[in-house]
Amino acid sequence: MSSEPTPTTTPSATPAPVRFTRVARLLHWTMAVMVVAILFIGAFMVTSVGDFRFLVTVHEPLGIAILLFVLVRIGWRLTHTPPPLPPGMVRLDRLAAKYSERLLYALLLVQPLIGWAMVSASGEPIVLFGSLYLPHIAPQNITLFADLLRAHIAAAYLLYLTFAAHLAGVLVHTIVIRDRVLDRMAFWRAPGYGSEAPPR
Amino acid sequence: MPLNRRTVLLGLAAVGGVSAVNVGAFLGAGGWFTPDTLTTSRFVDRFEQVFGKHDGFRRNHAKGVSAAGVFTSNGAGTALSRAALFQRGTTPVTARFSISGGMPTVADANSTVRGLAVLFHLPDGAQWRTAMVNVPVFTDRVPQGFYERLLATQPVPGTGKPDPAKVAAFLAKYPETARAMAVISKSPPSSGLYNSPFHGLNAFRFTNSAGDTVPVRWTMMPEEPSQPMGAGAAPGKDYLFDALVAKVMQGPVHWRFLITVGEPGDPTNDATTAWPANRRQVEVGTLTIDSLQTEAPGNARDVNFDPTVLPDGIALSDDPLLAARSAVYAQSYQRRTREPHRPSEVQVGQQPSGPRITKVDHEQ
Ligand code: HEM
Ligand code: HEM
Repeated sequence: MSSEPTPTTTPSATPAPVRFTRVARLLHWTMAVMVVAILFIGAFMVTSVGDFRFLVTVHEPLGIAILLFVLVRIGWRLTHTPPPLPPGMVRLDRLAAKYSERLLYALLLVQPLIGWAMVSASGEPIVLFGSLYLPHIAPQNITLFADLLRAHIAAAYLLYLTFAAHLAGVLVHTIVIRDRVLDRMAFWRAPGYGSEAPPR
Repeated sequence: MPLNRRTVLLGLAAVGGVSAVNVGAFLGAGGWFTPDTLTTSRFVDRFEQVFGKHDGFRRNHAKGVSAAGVFTSNGAGTALSRAALFQRGTTPVTARFSISGGMPTVADANSTVRGLAVLFHLPDGAQWRTAMVNVPVFTDRVPQGFYERLLATQPVPGTGKPDPAKVAAFLAKYPETARAMAVISKSPPSSGLYNSPFHGLNAFRFTNSAGDTVPVRWTMMPEEPSQPMGAGAAPGKDYLFDALVAKVMQGPVHWRFLITVGEPGDPTNDATTAWPANRRQVEVGTLTIDSLQTEAPGNARDVNFDPTVLPDGIALSDDPLLAARSAVYAQSYQRRTREPHRPSEVQVGQQPSGPRITKVDHEQ
């Protein structure tokens, strides 16, 4: 890995930048809104005497929607090559970007399953909407419920920290280093970012 | 703009600022910066403050016994609600009898509020959970009132009674509680759990298959004659539960399920106020309790009788107690499921009559 270019070039000199496919960008931003929303809803609802019940009825279907989205997204990611990172990025940043993205995918897959199993273990019905119920995926057992609740809380805070780090990383690259990493995921017209990453 | 020391520092400051706002907002959502807001945790802390912390037990209605049986519907309820429960037929139930307060080994007393919680297992995984009490109206209209009452009526060491000054200040602030207590004192408790009525108290909304919605409240009326409590010899510590166990050992015990239909103008957001006595009542079937179980893993011990778990055809009203009950019961459930469990006071299957001390002697 000694062939990494040293970060001396200015960003505008970067050759032929590519961005994520339209589908990947759409999935990214839809999920970003959903995940930030569910994290804040989760943290608030467990404290709220007045809104807990209503917010649970939002939280559960939203969490299941995230599960469906992340499955589509992982499928898309496996069949499409993402654009290469800006050449000016140092090795540490590349590793951080790579593993924080994998961690995000893993958490987004596991966390809704933990939530689903947790409510199953409590024996409470899970309403998607109206009278459409989800099946239970775990036996009714309070010890299991308690363990899954601990896991749901731990995964939520880890997910939140990973998201906060991901956001800070992108901001450092965009505002401080200015290698236009954000443009890769953007919908605005960014000069030079005409092409999309090709299918694998 | 060229990259220099100044722009890098400004940029880093901007990133730090955004991150601080981000994390701050998240912690704020979790209640970190608002120590005076009544959160679910603080509500449950108040129960622990007043009753002590008893690992593995409910923070309220801690003393109780698990029960099972069926609900037999006569079909009359279908006019009011499309919930499958009201179709003519039978539905299995998991239930729990309890007395209020957070102390799991407290001695039974006539004046202690009694509870009956029922989980109806409807077809296709649907459920209806309800937790009812024997008093005709609730003591509090708003959650904050309940929270403050817990502390205001806490017995003071020495006298063993609440501080009269605190109670007076509380009642001045919450006059609806004073009115409710006057109503409650006019309907003395029955002689046992098995012949107690149990009232849902909070209002809900029923919607039938034609789409018509009405406000309702409900009551389980005992088929056993409701005698008032007789003044007799000092009863045993668990006399209410012992008598229930004895009764169910003799045979199933029944309650008639009555739905009261509200009229426009009847308050749906005030459980301290009864609706006028002439409101239409529909008898929709019979609840039969045919067995009791010592609280144990997998039975009613492990159920959160959250009254907002409702099937299609039954919906919440604007009563603020309902949302609060859901939140506080969930927090109580979160805590008690994570803690170690000890055996419950009420043991089914032993000889139910006689003072408990003889049983302890036998065991030794
Ligand atoms: C990406 C998906 C999800 C995220 C990020 C998430 C996040 C959270 C967070 C932050 C909390 C608050 C934890 C605490 O501090 O106590 C929470 C609680 C909760 N979550 Fe999730 N959640 C997700 C999916 C789900 C799903 C799919 C379900 C159920 C089907 C679910 C059910 C619950 C319940 C019931 C609670 C409240 C637990 C209680 O107080 O009893 N969650 N979640
Ligand atoms: C804001 C008002 C209320 C608060 C804060 C409150 C609090 C609680 C708590 C913490 C529990 C223990 C829950 C658990 O761990 O599963 C409980 C149980 C219970 N409550 Fe309430 N309660 C309220 C209103 C009511 C009302 C209006 C009724 C009756 C209509 C009621 C009847 C019961 C019964 C019967 C139980 C025992 C349920 C069981 O056996 O699991 N409560 N309550």
